[in-house]
Amino acid sequence: MLTSQMHPRRTRFVAMTTVTLAGLVLAGCSSGSSSGTKSSASAAASSTSAAAAASSSAVAAPTSNSAAASTSGAAPTTGAASTAPASSAPSSAPTSINTSALGFKTATQDASAGITVWIDASRQAAATAYKKAYPGDKITVVTYDGSANGSNSFKTKMALYDRAGSGWPDVVFSSQNNDASWASLGTAGKQPYAATLNTGLVPSGTLSSWTKGSLDPCTVNGKVYCLRNDLAQDVLWYNKTLMTQFGYTLPTTWEQFQTLGAQVAKDHPGYIIGDVGDTFAPEIYMWSSECQANKVTGPKSVSVSVQTPECKRMAQLIDAGVANKSLSTLSVFTPEFVKASAGKVLMMPGPAWYTGAIFNNPSSLNVPKGQLGVAPPLAWGTSPAVTGDVGGGTWFVSSHSKNLALAAKYAEYVTTADAYQVDQAPGYPAYAPAAAKWLAKQQSSGYFATDLSALTTAGGLVWSGWGSPSYSQEAIWAKTMTPILTSGGSIANNLGKWQQAITDQAKVNGYSVQQ
Amino acid sequence: MSADLRAADAAPLTRGRRRPQRGRLVGAIFVTPYALFLLAFGVVPALYAVGLSFTKAQGGFAGFANFSKVMGDFRFWPAVQHVGLYLLVWLVALLVLVVVLAIMVQSLRSRSASATLRLVYYLPGALAGASSVMLWLFVLNPVASPVGPLLRWLGYHSFDSTIQPSHLPVIFAIIAFWTGAGGWILVMFGALNNIPLEILEAARIDGAGPFQLAWRIQLPLLRKWISYVAVLSLAAGTQLFVEPTLLSQASNAVVPNDYSLNQLAYQYAFDLGDFNGSAAIAVLLLVVSLVLSALFVLRGGLFERDAS
Repeated sequence: MLTSQMHPRRTRFVAMTTVTLAGLVLAGCSSGSSSGTKSSASAAASSTSAAAAASSSAVAAPTSNSAAASTSGAAPTTGAASTAPASSAPSSAPTSINTSALGFKTATQDASAGITVWIDASRQAAATAYKKAYPGDKITVVTYDGSANGSNSFKTKMALYDRAGSGWPDVVFSSQNNDASWASLGTAGKQPYAATLNTGLVPSGTLSSWTKGSLDPCTVNGKVYCLRNDLAQDVLWYNKTLMTQFGYTLPTTWEQFQTLGAQVAKDHPGYIIGDVGDTFAPEIYMWSSECQANKVTGPKSVSVSVQTPECKRMAQLIDAGVANKSLSTLSVFTPEFVKASAGKVLMMPGPAWYTGAIFNNPSSLNVPKGQLGVAPPLAWGTSPAVTGDVGGGTWFVSSHSKNLALAAKYAEYVTTADAYQVDQAPGYPAYAPAAAKWLAKQQSSGYFATDLSALTTAGGLVWSGWGSPSYSQEAIWAKTMTPILTSGGSIANNLGKWQQAITDQAKVNGYSVQQ
Repeated sequence: MSADLRAADAAPLTRGRRRPQRGRLVGAIFVTPYALFLLAFGVVPALYAVGLSFTKAQGGFAGFANFSKVMGDFRFWPAVQHVGLYLLVWLVALLVLVVVLAIMVQSLRSRSASATLRLVYYLPGALAGASSVMLWLFVLNPVASPVGPLLRWLGYHSFDSTIQPSHLPVIFAIIAFWTGAGGWILVMFGALNNIPLEILEAARIDGAGPFQLAWRIQLPLLRKWISYVAVLSLAAGTQLFVEPTLLSQASNAVVPNDYSLNQLAYQYAFDLGDFNGSAAIAVLLLVVSLVLSALFVLRGGLFERDAS
């Protein structure tokens, strides 16, 4: 349900505690010793839910534990579908695999070995759905922060397991979409964490059903290292009621968008047509303008050139909108934003998850039923429209797993099965067949003022020129450009600073940078 | 390191009244757990870090390669500058205000007022480090803050404008002062009570007012304590981590996650997977705080034996 969407960014404080623990340990001794941080890793990993603890010992009497496992309160809406495992489960899941063809060194396989799965709190429903479908499988579920908000805990913990030489979880959910960039490469000569999935673990027929381009962040050198959980494609959200009331026509190009912004600023001061105050602003605006800030040209090479017309036109659009106040510079997750803009959002380019996170959220904008419309991404002039993408989670299988077949089956189930992706998932499923059913279900809720086909359209329009390097473009934008925006400076005049910051960060992360 | 000084300092301040034989045994019993912890969580990790900083990731002697690598990082010198500026603001404010407040509290005639004030100063310190920083996240947000009107009057209408980069050293200094100063005021208060009444009375008879009393009698006699506060605070201050890390998370990275040197070390270890580079930063920090501490110890006469 969109209403119950819990976006990773909203779990900020959960993530914070983990980081703080690690931080306190580190700050405690100036040596930054690994012994200290290891303890915080195990502390986080031991926060297993009661249900998960039960599931590890569930082999003998699976039925007695099923009640405990479904205490999350999220009762499946279509009970019939989810109680019949065969109906939606991956039927082609391999029971035994040919490890020699996988293309990486595997551990000795044991078909009866249990697996450990790391998920974030929002993915608890996925674990519950799997347990319902396959009560006999030995799965230990561990809840962690999902690597959200730049906590980087997935990467951090795997680095420690790499150092220890054991302990990796078999399946990991990450709320980020750039983890394949490091998980596909081993650090310091170690075996890469991620197992290759398109060499036998997941059938190619299944992989080809993912929405076009949605596996790009998972793909390095033609090999697929993760399964995309959900898409976060940018669309144009708008308030149909307000637009009609003001007598405005919905823009189809960015030029019209900018002109309308100036009009709104004059006629209806206080109303906004977008927001640039978040760390992911470049992924909404710069990405959909085909700005060449983040072109990944190889596993360790990027091309950065932000002084191009594509970047400049969008930078000027942002500057103009900020100057006439039709674009807000407050983060959409702050109380200031809600205070200033509730009831005054005319339009808002942004990701699919904006509905649950801000529009249809009682503690945020709380737009009433029947007002919110969704339009396809805007184009520049007559050129075809492309769009950006803000996040979207990913599932990884460990290359160190002792039961790769079970781990792959798990990852495939949670990304494709209706029992989770259609009935329970808060975000737009990346797996196309599930997405179609999910959309139909959202449509029937009657919340939206328009049909949702724009989401499907946008799903296939994500521009592939914006890659997923191991460093965070969001963090770079936040520390370089956000202070400029808040202090009233110009983005267009400071693109050079952005260029420099991206280049520096890329080099530190071991990338060779072409300008 | 810092705790060594504490132990060394305690010696001249306690007057040996017990028989030496028994005193030595009791002393050893008291010191042993501390020494063990120091070894396990201080000395051994420090040696491990020194080892790491001079080796390559795959093993083998690296010389100063790790050091030149981290010093060549574009984030290193800004981080040094950030920490340096913060230390300057914080140490000066801490030392001046702690001494002034302690002298003021000690000169209060009313016992209950003095006791109440001491409790009030100490209270913020009773909150654990991270949670007190969390509290400041609200204080710094003009919308949620109890001092919101003041912030808005100063021209800061959003969280991002309050925490703009140029404000950070002062903000961190205020947070650190608020959480840590209470304890030091108590320590300083204790030290002031140790000044023999006869000396103070003699000065008063000679016509010294409260300011002269503070300047000519109390301050010189507090010199050792002031350098003690300075040394321990310096060690803590160079390790600036929790405040910027939490603020970075809360501001969605507008406060960068590589603001301080310790954060940069954290980034090296866990973002880049480069434990050797991380260790190099830690060793650099250790060297710098050792040198600065030595300066304070020598100038402050911390190891001078009590003449009386």
